[in-house]
Amino acid sequence: MSLLELKNVSKIYGNLKALDNVSLNVDTGEWVAIMGPSGSGKSTMMNIIGCMDKSSLGEVLLDDVDISKISSKKLTEIRRDKIGLIFQQFHLVNYLTAVENVMLAQYYHSMPDEKEAMEALERVGLADRAKHLPSQLSGGEQQRVCIARALINHPEIILADEPTGNLDEANENIVIDLFRQLHNEGTTLIVVTHDPEVAEVAQRTIVLDHGKLVKEVINENFNQQNQASEKSAKTVKTDEEKSADKKSESGKKTKKKK
Amino acid sequence: MKKQNMFFRMITASLLRRRSRMLVALLAIMVGATILSGLVTIYYDVPRQMGEQFRNYGANMIFLPAGDNDGISSSDSDRALADIDKNNIVGVAPYRYETVLINERPVIAAATDFSGAKATSPYWYVTGAWPSESGQVLVGEDIAELYGVAQGDEMTVSFVPANTSEVSAEKNADENTKENEKSMKFTVTGILDTGGSDENYIFISLQDMQALTGESAAYDMVELSISATQDKLESYADKIGKDVSAVSPRLVKRVTQSETTVLSKLQSLVLIVTVVVLLLTMICVATTMTAVVTERRKEIGLRKALGASNKSITGEFMGEGMMLGGIGGILGSVLGYFFAELVSMNVFNSSITFQPLLIPVTLVVSVAVTAAACLLPVRSATDVDPALVLKGE
Ligand SMILES: Nc1ncnc2c1ncn2[C@@H]1O[C@H](COP(=O)(O)OP(=O)(O)OP(=O)(O)O)[C@@H](O)[C@H]1O
Ligand SMILES: [Mg+2]
Repeated sequence: MSLLELKNVSKIYGNLKALDNVSLNVDTGEWVAIMGPSGSGKSTMMNIIGCMDKSSLGEVLLDDVDISKISSKKLTEIRRDKIGLIFQQFHLVNYLTAVENVMLAQYYHSMPDEKEAMEALERVGLADRAKHLPSQLSGGEQQRVCIARALINHPEIILADEPTGNLDEANENIVIDLFRQLHNEGTTLIVVTHDPEVAEVAQRTIVLDHGKLVKEVINENFNQQNQASEKSAKTVKTDEEKSADKKSESGKKTKKKK
Repeated sequence: MKKQNMFFRMITASLLRRRSRMLVALLAIMVGATILSGLVTIYYDVPRQMGEQFRNYGANMIFLPAGDNDGISSSDSDRALADIDKNNIVGVAPYRYETVLINERPVIAAATDFSGAKATSPYWYVTGAWPSESGQVLVGEDIAELYGVAQGDEMTVSFVPANTSEVSAEKNADENTKENEKSMKFTVTGILDTGGSDENYIFISLQDMQALTGESAAYDMVELSISATQDKLESYADKIGKDVSAVSPRLVKRVTQSETTVLSKLQSLVLIVTVVVLLLTMICVATTMTAVVTERRKEIGLRKALGASNKSITGEFMGEGMMLGGIGGILGSVLGYFFAELVSMNVFNSSITFQPLLIPVTLVVSVAVTAAACLLPVRSATDVDPALVLKGE
């Protein structure tokens, strides 16, 4: 069953076609990666799917609702109820603690619940950093807070725009593991990335260029990969986490010395 | 956790953890609220202060003997006083004047009730002390200079009954004067500086005058200080004029009238200053809020991306603004009281009366002014496009 369906979607800025007649189907529970050079329209597409922007032409069906034709108020509601967002520039509210940032998503969605928010942080391995402000967290930790925030309301789709763009490899692996878990729980994932390694772990990769969908690659080995790494993820995770934290902390320290 | 709790947690976190910007706005609101509550306190206290102040310039009513009468008997004076509401009487000072001799030279001696004189003539400046018992005298500055007396000196005051001295003058002036003359010794307790003709007098108590002259004559004049409006004073004067035929009450008009004109001018000045200060506060808060909204565009976009409606964005910023207004208002009303007290001490040399009602009023006005100032900047916050959070910066 198609959760998301783009039919001949274009987004036009003046005489620039940021998206040019793109059609795409994403099934419920599918994990899709989007690649393409800079300026090819990846973020534009994410904005449209994420109900933050409207397409100029074409139809965008999300759960059989055409979100290209509805009011911005209605868009806000759908965004709140169905979509979890993860960004390259972590985008946390800088005067709220990690747990408060997670609760912010609950606050707009339904009811803030500190216990549940703590559980989400625990899940991304940050229970002990809950009371820290974003400025006191490393980049990897901030990104994990964002993931906790994106999954707290159990959205149907998680959209991630360059989630690992600013992370080192260890933190990148943590994020990928989290995605894998979400996927196994049935969450639909759409991940924009420049990094072939991040794209490889998805079920399907589509490539945009100049606003056009130019290529589509199905990952044949997805199921084996998924199962193999799931086993290793559980045992390796804690060690990886520790080393990741150490790395980012030592990185911070050297920066301060300068 | 309730939604409101998270709301307050968010806005307090924003105010506490992003202090610098908000501090400017808070300062503006606080100054505005201080001026508001301070000036309004003064506005309401000035009539009272001014009333007291103007009464300092002397009595506002005097009793004179009516028609051909030589004086006012103390019983007539008491009957006249009974017509005035006791609570409004600030002071009553009866005066009896006689010519006495000091070192053979004539001097006017005024006999009065010193505690009454203190109330009706608070501008009298005494170097030393006021007389407190019999045999003590307060000496006008000119007399003190003339005779070279100072505090603590003794002076002999003599009295010659008027008719006998005239008769005896025809025969043998020197002898007769000495015969009829009565003398009393007085101790100078203080030198009186009034800036007026009273500096040519000496002041003794009514009892001493009676002892000196050997006769209890009527008062030549009674001075009154009454705390009442012009209309009320007039109605008192009318009533006394009708009730007590021996007393002719007069209002000292000049002072009471100037009191009202100066007052209304001062009050309108205070009002204008208050309005101007509130306007300035509003401009400052609006400017700060505009800067704050610009500074937080990314955060607003993020909140929208997380599903915040325009209504909740508006609510959050207004909440922050109004909380700031509330804190500023409370601080301002406290500071305003001290400000008013300072002004009052410096200008009127007296303490201000505390107006409890002014705290909630200041609070409501500061919150309202802040809310009004936030309206436009906060509206612009809702224009932020959530799509901007995905745009790289
Ligand atoms: N608001 C806008 N007004 C005008 N042009 C825009 C606007 N937003 C995006 N564009 C243009 O649309 C094109 C696609 O932009 P988009 O942000 O989708 O690229 P992208 O694939 O995400 O690139 P990157 O990998 O660098 O993030 C770009 O050429 C960009 O300049
Ligand atoms: Mg992009």
